[in-house]
Amino acid sequence: MIPPSLKSNRGAAWLGLALFGAVLAFATGLRAQVKVGDPFPSLQSAALEGAKPDTAGKVLLVDFWASWCTPCKASFPAYGRIYGDFSPRGLALVAVSVDKVPAEYAAFLKKMAPPFATALDVGQKLVRQVQVPAMPTSYLIGRDGRVRYIHKGFHSAGTESELRKEIEELLDEKAAPQP
Amino acid sequence: MKTSRIAALALAALATVLGGCAGADAVRVQPWERATLADYTMRPDRDPLGTQLDEHIYFSREAASGGRGVGGSGCGCN
Repeated sequence: MIPPSLKSNRGAAWLGLALFGAVLAFATGLRAQVKVGDPFPSLQSAALEGAKPDTAGKVLLVDFWASWCTPCKASFPAYGRIYGDFSPRGLALVAVSVDKVPAEYAAFLKKMAPPFATALDVGQKLVRQVQVPAMPTSYLIGRDGRVRYIHKGFHSAGTESELRKEIEELLDEKAAPQP
Repeated sequence: MKTSRIAALALAALATVLGGCAGADAVRVQPWERATLADYTMRPDRDPLGTQLDEHIYFSREAASGGRGVGGSGCGCN
C-alpha cells in the first residue's frame, strides 16, 4: 500500500531513486560469469604460478581444479589420456589449481604426475574473473580464443567421451585469420 | 512533504540493503572457496565408533520409537 504522501510527484521521484539504488546494489553484487561464446581471459596476463604454454592458434582446454576436490582426482587420468591423444594435433591443456596452500598443490601434482601443463592461480584471481560454477569446471576454447564448451563437474567416462568429440570438432575447424 | 521524504528515504535505505544482500557474494560460499568444507574433519561420519556411541546415547535418552533408524519399542533399554 502506497502512503498518500508518496502520491505526490516528489514522492514518486524519491521512490524511483530508491528502486534505482536497489538495482545498483544488486548489480554490483554480481560478477559476470564466462559463458559459451565469450572470450576467455588471457592466461599469459593472469597471475598464474607455473606453466603458461603457448596457446596461440591452438584449441585450448582449461581445467579449474583443487587438491581437495574428489572429482578432480578422477579427472586427471582422463585429461592425461586426452592430452596424449590430441596434443600432437594442436590441443593445449592447462590445469589451473585454485588451492590456497601451495604445499597441497605441490603434493597433489607429485602424486598424480600429469603430463600436461599445470599452474597455480595465485590469490584465486583468475577463477574469480571466470566465476566457475562448480569444482571442477573445464572450458574448451576454440582457436579464436572464444569459449565453445563448458563442462561443469567431471562425470567419468561421460565427460571424457563428450570432450573427445568436441575437441575433434574444434581441431577440424580451420584456424581463424588473425586480426 | 517532510513525511514523504522520510518515508522515501527509509524505503531507499531498505531497498539498498536488501538489494545488496541479494548479491551473490554476500550469501554464497563460492565453489573455489570450499576447501575447508571439503576437509575430512568436516565429515559427520568420519569416526564410525564415535557415530555409533552418539547414536546409542541419542536413542537411549530420547526414548523415541525405535531410536534413529532402528525398529523397536523405544523403551531406551537396549
